[in-house]
Amino acid sequence: MSVDILAIETSCDETACAVVRDGREILSNVIYTQIDMHTEFGGVVPELASRAHIDKINYVVQKALNDAGKTIDEVDAVAVTYGPGLVGALLVGVAEAKAMAWAAGKPIIGVHHIEGHISANYIEHPELTPPYLGLIVSGGHTHLVVVEDWSKYRILGRTVDDAAGEAYDKVARAIGLGYPGGPKIDREAKNGDPLAVHFPIAHVNGSEYDFSFSGIKSAVLNYLNHAQMTGDTVNRADLAASFQKAVVDVLVEHTIRAAKDLKIDRIGMAGGVASNSALRAAMKEACDREGYALYIPSPIFCTDNAAMIGVAAYHEYMAGVRSGWDLNAVPNLKLEER
Amino acid sequence: MKILALDSSGLVASVAIIADGTLLAEYTVNYKKTHSQTLLPMLDEIARMVELDRKTIDAIAVAAGPGSFTGLRIGSATAKGLGLALGKPIIEVPTLAGIAFNLGFVRGLVCPVMDARRQQVYSGIYRFEGDRLITVRDQTPVSVTDLIAELEGLDDALTSEGVIFLGDGVPVLREEANRTLSVPHTYAPAHLCMQRAGAVGVLAAQLYAEGRYVPAEKHTPIYLRKSQAEQQRDRMNGNDTGNEPAESDLISVQVEAASKVVEELRVRAQMEAGKAAETEDVL
Repeated sequence: MSVDILAIETSCDETACAVVRDGREILSNVIYTQIDMHTEFGGVVPELASRAHIDKINYVVQKALNDAGKTIDEVDAVAVTYGPGLVGALLVGVAEAKAMAWAAGKPIIGVHHIEGHISANYIEHPELTPPYLGLIVSGGHTHLVVVEDWSKYRILGRTVDDAAGEAYDKVARAIGLGYPGGPKIDREAKNGDPLAVHFPIAHVNGSEYDFSFSGIKSAVLNYLNHAQMTGDTVNRADLAASFQKAVVDVLVEHTIRAAKDLKIDRIGMAGGVASNSALRAAMKEACDREGYALYIPSPIFCTDNAAMIGVAAYHEYMAGVRSGWDLNAVPNLKLEER
Repeated sequence: MKILALDSSGLVASVAIIADGTLLAEYTVNYKKTHSQTLLPMLDEIARMVELDRKTIDAIAVAAGPGSFTGLRIGSATAKGLGLALGKPIIEVPTLAGIAFNLGFVRGLVCPVMDARRQQVYSGIYRFEGDRLITVRDQTPVSVTDLIAELEGLDDALTSEGVIFLGDGVPVLREEANRTLSVPHTYAPAHLCMQRAGAVGVLAAQLYAEGRYVPAEKHTPIYLRKSQAEQQRDRMNGNDTGNEPAESDLISVQVEAASKVVEELRVRAQMEAGKAAETEDVL
C-alpha cells in the first residue's frame, strides 16, 4: 500500500502544492511564484504575498491534484508548512490545508520549512540516509545541522544576523542589480574576478560553526561609498564575484570543518542558495578533495516547493505524527522545537 | 439546503450550520486566541454535535470583509479549503451586512461599525424592508466624525426612527456620537453587538437563493484598503488614493439609491397621514 500525501507550502512568496508518493515519488509539483509582483518593491512585501497566496491557492492545489490524477478523497494525508516564515503567508496555507483535511476526513501534518528543504535531497538521492551533515542556505535561513535520523536534527551553526540569501538581496540592490539578488549576482559574477576585492570572512566569537553575513554586506557598502567619494569607477562584475566568493568561502569552510570534526563523510546541501553555481562548484571541489559525498537537489527542488514538504511529511506520517485542528502558523519556529 | 457559515473578520470567531432555514448550531468565541487556533476546532465541535455529514453541505458562507487582513484570510482560506475539498461554492457576505443582519428586522437605520484603526471605523448604513436588508450606504472606511456628519445629512424620512449602532467599533464611536449626533440613536446589546455566523449564514441563504455565490477558487477577501507598500508607492507616484477602496472591492447586498428610498418613505408617510385624516373625517 502506497502512501500519498498532498502538501502545501506558502511560507514566503511561492504558492506551492504537490502530491508525493511514499516520500520519494513526485506525482505532481506545482509552484506559483510571485517574484514579479515583489520585484517592483525590491523585496517580498508580506501583505502582498499573503494576498497573492489567497488568490492563487485553490488553482495551485487543484492543479496539483489534477496533475497527480488524484482527488482529495484519494490521498492519505494533508501536510502543510507551519513555520518558520511570514506569518500572514503561512496562515493561508495552514487554514487551507486544515479545512481540506477536515472536509475530506484526512489527517493533517504540520511540517517545518527547513525540514522540508533538507528532505528535498531524498527526491533525487534515495540512497541518502541519515546520519549526514546538512547545509541549508536560502533567503531566510542559513543552518548547518547534523541529520541524526529521519526527522531528528542537531543544529551546529546558524546565522547570527542576515541569512546568506538576504545578504545577496541587499548587495544586489546596492550595486543596482535588483531583486532577487541570488541569481542576479550569480550571473553577474561569471564575468568578474573573484580576487579583485578582498572582503573579510566573518567569524562569530565562541561559536565556531555560526555565520555572520551582515559584515560582508557592510564591507561591500563601504567599498561602494569609498569609491563614490574618491571618484573611482566600480567594476560591478568584479564586485559581485568578490562578494560571492566571500560568502561561498565561509559556507564551504564551516561545512568542511564540521565534517572533519564530526567525522561525517556525507554532506547534503539544500535551500534556494544551494542552486547558486559558485556555491555548488566550490562545495563540490572541496568534497572531492576530502573524499566526501555531496548531495544537492536540482534547482527546482532547491527553491521553495511543496514536494519537499510532502517528502518530510511522509517520515512524520510513518512515525505516527499528526497535528490537531488547532495547528497554528509559527513564524519563528525552531528546528528543535518541532 | 445546508450552509456552513464562518466569520473571523474581527476579534470574534464564529461558526454556524444552517439547514433549510433552521439554525442548527452556532459557536461564537470572543476571546484573544488566534482564529487559526479556534475556527476549525469550533467547526469540528459543532459538526460532531449535530452529526453533520460533511458531504451534505451545499455552500460555504464567509464574512468576506472588511476586517483584520489576517483574520479575513484565515476565514477565506478555510472557506476555500472547504469549498475545494467538497466541490461547493462560497457565498461572500459583506462583513458589515452580516453584522447588520443581527438586528433583522428592526425599524429605522442599522449602522454596524468595526474598529478600523487609524482613527477610522469600517461602517455601512442599512435598513430593513420586510425580510430584506437594504443598503442605504455601502460599507467603507470612514472617520467617526464623517460618519456622524453623514447620518446628520440623511433625509429625516430615513432617520426619523433613529439609528442603532452595533459592532466592535461602538467603543470607538460612542462618546463622540453621544456628544454630537442629534439623530436619535442607541446601541445593540452585547449578544448582538458582534459578528455572529448565524446571521451571516441566514443572510447567505437569501443570497444563495438569488444565485449570488462564486466558485471557491474565485473568492477573495474584500479588504477595502490597499497594503501599506502600495499606498506608499501610490503617494510617491503622486496618485494618492489613500484609503479609498478599489472599485472591485465594492459589493453590496442590495443597494438602493438613497433618494429613491427617501421618496418612497415620503409617499408612504403622506398616505398614512392621509388615511389618518380620512379616519378623522369619518369620526
